[in-house]
Amino acid sequence: MAQVQTQIKGRVMGLNGDEAVAWAVKQCNVDLVAAYPITPQTIIVERFSEFVANGEVHTEFVPVESEHSAMSACVGAAATGARAFTATAANGLALMWEILYIAASLRLPIVMAVANRALSAPINIHCDHSDAMGARDSGWIQLYVEDPQEAYDTTIQAFRIAEHPDVLLPVMVNLDGFFLSHTLQDVHILPDEAVKEFVGTRKPVEVYVPYLGKKVPLVLDPDVPLTFGPLDLYDYYFEHKMHQIEAMKHAKRVIKEVHEEFAKISGRRYGNGLVVPYGLEDADAAIVVLGSTGGTVRYVAKKLRKEGYKVGVLRIRAFRPFPVEDVLEQLRNVKVVGVMDRSASFGAQGGPVFLEVRSAFYDVKEKPIIVNYIYGLGGRDAPPTLIESIYKELLRIAETGKVEQLVKFAGVRE
Amino acid sequence: MSELKGWRELPIGAIPFKLSTEFKTGDWRTFKPVINQEKCVKCLQCWIYCPDMAITWDGEKVTVNYDYCKGCGICARECPVKAIEMVKEE
Amino acid sequence: MSFTFNIKELAKQPPKLLPGHRLCAGCAAPVVAKLALLAAEGPTIVVNATGCLEVATTIFPYTSWNIPWIHNAFENAAATASGIEAAIKALKRRGAYKYDRVNVIVFAGDGGTYDIGIQALSGAIERGHDFLYILYDNEAYMNTGIQRSGGTPLGAATTTSPAGKVIPGKPQHKKPIADIVVAHRAPYVATASPAHWADYVRKVKKALSIRGPKFIHVIAPCDRGWRFDPSLTMEVAKAAVDTCYFPLWECEKGEWRLTDRSLVIAKNPQLKKPIEEFLKLQGRFKHLFKPENKHLIKELQEYVDMVWEDLLKRVGLKVS
Repeated sequence: MAQVQTQIKGRVMGLNGDEAVAWAVKQCNVDLVAAYPITPQTIIVERFSEFVANGEVHTEFVPVESEHSAMSACVGAAATGARAFTATAANGLALMWEILYIAASLRLPIVMAVANRALSAPINIHCDHSDAMGARDSGWIQLYVEDPQEAYDTTIQAFRIAEHPDVLLPVMVNLDGFFLSHTLQDVHILPDEAVKEFVGTRKPVEVYVPYLGKKVPLVLDPDVPLTFGPLDLYDYYFEHKMHQIEAMKHAKRVIKEVHEEFAKISGRRYGNGLVVPYGLEDADAAIVVLGSTGGTVRYVAKKLRKEGYKVGVLRIRAFRPFPVEDVLEQLRNVKVVGVMDRSASFGAQGGPVFLEVRSAFYDVKEKPIIVNYIYGLGGRDAPPTLIESIYKELLRIAETGKVEQLVKFAGVRE
Repeated sequence: MSELKGWRELPIGAIPFKLSTEFKTGDWRTFKPVINQEKCVKCLQCWIYCPDMAITWDGEKVTVNYDYCKGCGICARECPVKAIEMVKEE
Repeated sequence: MSFTFNIKELAKQPPKLLPGHRLCAGCAAPVVAKLALLAAEGPTIVVNATGCLEVATTIFPYTSWNIPWIHNAFENAAATASGIEAAIKALKRRGAYKYDRVNVIVFAGDGGTYDIGIQALSGAIERGHDFLYILYDNEAYMNTGIQRSGGTPLGAATTTSPAGKVIPGKPQHKKPIADIVVAHRAPYVATASPAHWADYVRKVKKALSIRGPKFIHVIAPCDRGWRFDPSLTMEVAKAAVDTCYFPLWECEKGEWRLTDRSLVIAKNPQLKKPIEEFLKLQGRFKHLFKPENKHLIKELQEYVDMVWEDLLKRVGLKVS
């Protein structure tokens, strides 16, 4: 168990989001990195390859021939008891889609960084959340970061969350493509020893196997006949899925715990680990947002508050598991909530985050008016002026109580 | 009628918890191999070719394990001295 | 280096593949797996691609595998094996692994190898991972209902290349998968047959003694899909070799050698049987014996002969 310490002094490096992730992976004693390059994740893999080539890490780097093989190799490695990591974006994530489900179902604590990028077609290398949102049912924990510092912090936390015996689910660390992956920040890097102590070594969970008459680690051990990935018929599949549903419930608690523990050694905190609120105690209007836009929204909220408007922000850090209780608690007293979605769910009433927030409030008697702003698709910028216009609109709705259009598309040319 | 386990009783990671030796495939067959131990030269070809590991060699004798034998007849076909006969099950 | 073994000694090992699996009566696949595992000494981990062998041996809650085994998906057995092999290297590097060497063996069907699995296989070989890939070839996607694969031979009837009035069976030849692996310059590539078990066991032993990616293409006659009596599996495999439809060879570091029965036939060409001897045993070729389809038998014979001549040239044996 890591000792409780106040802020450990590390060093400051000028790193972009991708590099920050690569540094976190370097310090986390990862055994295998199997990755395939795709913009805007390339720098993660390139930087890490340098560490490997210079003998700075013991990691085995496998330059696989596709993202599908990247996740497949991670599955094989994690099943062997190793700590495995990969990174991808957009269509790379889409290509490994079937294996995401397999990784989660086999309870493998793989960590993956996704430099969120729009899915083709048309091919677009810029930021939106359609890639990760497309995988929201896969059983992976999804965390969204706001800046390169948080990308570094969260990647380190991800290994602890994934490997926790009550969780044992793979974790996706989402950082906005280009906005975070390629943007420089002065990132505080913890000393190697501090990170090493925080993440420890992966300790596989034990499972009781009747035909062996004992508990054995859940790994591919040449001395122990364990079968990974059997065929389930209709008599057992449902029950196996319940295990994953249960693990997601525990994940909410574990994400908070690990976040708290990390806060003690780094001095950095992101809300309670699941959600990051600002100005919601007395807000009339609030915006719910994921990722780097959270920073812009907070900046605008602070500016508007100075002008006398009562506005707030709720940045959702953990989208999976969806923090229903925290969302309800934070937004309970707000009059109007504008949920910003950086992806569309074609054919649905609104974007994915909007649908989850709205559903969370359904059973609550006194609830805010909830509207949706789909924005930023394909890297369309969301500057402070856009956010300000959204807030002004939300405040108008708060005043009149009337919603002209439930789902709006902020920043598109009609 | 066996009771199927609820999800709380199942091992995590969907690990199978029984060996297939508990599943007797012997009732699949229509014909069963009968070994004439006198003719048998203990070449072990039947043991080698059996897809079901239903022929056992204990160092002295070759025996058919009728719990698993599916009656495919490969052993009888391949026996170089024709020591195995496929006999119809009752 | 010789790889002799005593079958009675090997027979004393506790079985690694257990009875009670639900593969069809007469299936060659479990024999392919059983013999390979017999040859594999020391710590072993098996990766199995989706297919007959994987499905029928692990119907939850039962498993027939008395060794550690993983099934990931259909097309990624080679990628999964890459991950396992690499992870072991890393764990060894930080002093966290008890074994110096582990046999990482892949069992995959023609389904998971020729077509959907070829990318992962090619990548794994190019990266030089230390593993043995055993392809059990029953020449169609048998587990999903006998659909044609890249490994299905010319003229064979499958459910997606049926013997119809206009198109009598598969119009394309069998993809030369082992040749493709040789072209990758893998250190050891071989073909084998479960009926020629001593040759097969020796090849597995030899392969496991070599570091790097190894590939053994094993013919695995399927009594259901090829349509013959379950007792004839080994006879059909022998006919495949006797007609030179499936010659037995090995290629070690670019040096080609014929082995077992195929070597005998090369030295005694009068022993080579016409392709009809192989075709007539199987229902999937029955339609080829109709007068309007006989030309396909001729085409298949010419193809087999061409490949055989080519093989003879490669091994440096004169064609008489």
